[in-house]
Amino acid sequence: MGTQPNTEDTESAQSHVLELDQELPPPAVDDAVREAEERRWTPGKVALWVAISLLGAVAWFMVALVRGETVNAIWFVFAAVCTYLIGYRFYSKVIERYLLKPDDRRATPAEYKADGKDYVRTDRNVLFGHHFAAIAGAGPLVGPIIAAQMGYLPGTIWIIIGVVLAGAVQDYLVMFFSMRRGGRSLGQMAREELGVIGGTAALVATLLIMIIIVAILALVVVNALGESPWGVFSVGMTIPIALFMGVYLRFIRPGKVMEVSVIGFVLLMAAIIGGGMVAGTEWGASFFHLDKTTIAWGIIVYGFIAAILPVWLLLAPRDYLSTFMKIGVIVMLAVAIIVVRPEITVPAFSEFAGRENGPVFSGALFPFLFVTIACGALSGFHALISSGTTPKLVEKERQTRFIGYGGMLMESFVAIMALVAAISIERGIYFAMNAPAALTGGTVETAAQWVNSLGLSGVNLAPAELAQTAQNVGEPSIVSRSGGAPTLAVGLAHIMQQFIGGTSMMAFWYHFAIMFEALFILTAVDAGTRVARFMLQDSLGNFVPKFKEASWRPGAWLCTAVMVGAWGAVLLMGVTDPLGGINTLFPLFGIANQLLAAIALAVCMAIAAKRGSFKFLWIVGVPLAFAAVVTITASFHKIFSPVPAVGYFANNAAFAKALADGKTEFGTAKTVAAMEAVVRNTMVQGVLSVVFVVLSIIVILTAILATVKAFRDGGGHDHEDAPRPSRVFAPAGLFPTAAERELAAAWAKVPEAKRFERPGHH
Amino acid sequence: MAGPIGPVTEPLLRGLRGVAAYFRGVMGADAYRKYLEHHEASGHSVAPMTERQFWRERMDRQDSNPHGRCC
Repeated sequence: MGTQPNTEDTESAQSHVLELDQELPPPAVDDAVREAEERRWTPGKVALWVAISLLGAVAWFMVALVRGETVNAIWFVFAAVCTYLIGYRFYSKVIERYLLKPDDRRATPAEYKADGKDYVRTDRNVLFGHHFAAIAGAGPLVGPIIAAQMGYLPGTIWIIIGVVLAGAVQDYLVMFFSMRRGGRSLGQMAREELGVIGGTAALVATLLIMIIIVAILALVVVNALGESPWGVFSVGMTIPIALFMGVYLRFIRPGKVMEVSVIGFVLLMAAIIGGGMVAGTEWGASFFHLDKTTIAWGIIVYGFIAAILPVWLLLAPRDYLSTFMKIGVIVMLAVAIIVVRPEITVPAFSEFAGRENGPVFSGALFPFLFVTIACGALSGFHALISSGTTPKLVEKERQTRFIGYGGMLMESFVAIMALVAAISIERGIYFAMNAPAALTGGTVETAAQWVNSLGLSGVNLAPAELAQTAQNVGEPSIVSRSGGAPTLAVGLAHIMQQFIGGTSMMAFWYHFAIMFEALFILTAVDAGTRVARFMLQDSLGNFVPKFKEASWRPGAWLCTAVMVGAWGAVLLMGVTDPLGGINTLFPLFGIANQLLAAIALAVCMAIAAKRGSFKFLWIVGVPLAFAAVVTITASFHKIFSPVPAVGYFANNAAFAKALADGKTEFGTAKTVAAMEAVVRNTMVQGVLSVVFVVLSIIVILTAILATVKAFRDGGGHDHEDAPRPSRVFAPAGLFPTAAERELAAAWAKVPEAKRFERPGHH
Repeated sequence: MAGPIGPVTEPLLRGLRGVAAYFRGVMGADAYRKYLEHHEASGHSVAPMTERQFWRERMDRQDSNPHGRCC
């Protein structure tokens, strides 16, 4: 472990110290050659980037400035893709060149720790897909839909600009720093860089944040399946399908992952089609018609069992299924949007953009839009994936730009597509679906009446329209199906039926969308519970060493029960909340996720400062400052706002006063029990907000202290693994450059036997 | 169909095979092959695990070393 101050001079000197094997070709393109290649602007290259910039500018103009009746969805795609390309080509290059300074002469953990299992050099394009499948799930599909309440423009700008300057930067930095540390986790890095106080605060905050995130993801599933016999049947069938796949892989045909995934996929499609038939029968409709509370208890029990079952039986096969679906769905959605090119009638800024009492989520545009859309723009949860798993598989240091930064750009693109799907459905239907039942009244007549009373321009919703849409998608009702997933499913069904199948296929597409969202979320719930359980076991192990033994069953079960109990309590609170659940809890999800981002960025800032890169510290400082201001402001609103719709404690006080005054109904709570529930829920939510924000402020302060100290000392101790010479070569990006191709050809000539060191162990 | 492979179908087949191989990689279906390669390259004297043993061990290791999945 290097302990010398790591200023620029010693860093480059260190690289020269690396003793490269002279019998082999160099493991990196010569710096001068690479620089020359990067700086050479051929006319073709100039023309290409001018074209990309112009197309991007035109697209942004169409999306942001032209105020016609409608705007075509294809402009969203162009605005996003052109901005991503420019951000990737220019901004991430700046980060690489001036802040991270990767050195391909150094071996990555996948090379020097190679074990054929966890540490395996993986082709960069494969790893890109692998990493993307690990980071992207239901989050980017849900947040943008809820945020569409404010109109399409605020969300679009935040998703596209936010990812370039914040989200992708975070993922890239965390991945790089973790790779330099042998694939250490964010928690371990926080402990090393920020000391005991900062490290402990980061660990506790991470644990609490994971509980909130898992709970609210589960809430999204519950809302999507509540009173939907078709959805309950087909999502329920994923459990026996996954169990079958697990047994097949374990005992019948071990290792035949593709084969079993295809079988699983076919069974899944059969479950969706069969769900329609079952829900069409009288017994099916009544047997699988479950209320939300029952489904919530089902998910809690399922979550506990799934987390203590062996991985091979349920988690691993469902993960294969989920990855299989993820890539297929995203490609399908992209193709459909490009082919169908729906016209968008939603205004750029809606009537709710300037207000803080929107029915879908409460709070003003700043800061709440920026926490409602977390995944897709800036997601702290990624820091847990970008550290740990992926860095152990990276082949060459320079590839982290493509995998870390590029992978997050892909997720952002998924968020844009989800936004397009949500805003392609009619606005009246959007609000009828996403407002809590306390407002819509739950029936098509009351919902239409309520929507029309909002005074939205150009919206005149007939009850028949709601009934017709529900019938098209094969659901008893679509009123107050909040949580984002059903809206995305309607939007996707709406787009896909124009592409394949027409109206008669809408019900299939709707349940297909519900199915994959549920699949992603249940995988995240299961994996999240397991990861959190191990974090808890590890922490408890500091006091009672026995807890550190992963094989100690009672410890594992106890910690699993604690974790499931914690997120289960929040889930039940959301499901039974008289105020509508998603409406009040979703901001907490976003705040939690972005506080985690602030923690990750704070750790990165401390590391960058210790490396002596002060001139370019703003690259970390800008997104950190933004995330900190947004989340801390949002937390303060939630804690101190006197507006009951926004402030948890204000709401708590209002309901407590009403109870004290002897009222038997207040606001949307129609009974005394409901009023008591509001008092309880708002208190829990308020206390959680306080705990999060205090822990995060501690982490950020300790990071600033570490940064200032490093600045005074002109650097600091770094905790990187000692550099080792690399004995392999691979190109950095998607397309190899001329120099990379030349070097790869030289490596191809080296006999296989000479390429790798033979450590001669075992 | 037992016809000669035309100049169009051959690159098409190669492309499809490439896509399939890529998909296998992303899903992690080639983990055993990579393990064997590593085993070979690092010159272990003991015999490698069989495919069944390898997958069994891989899954069981994940029990105590879970991989995170994001939202």
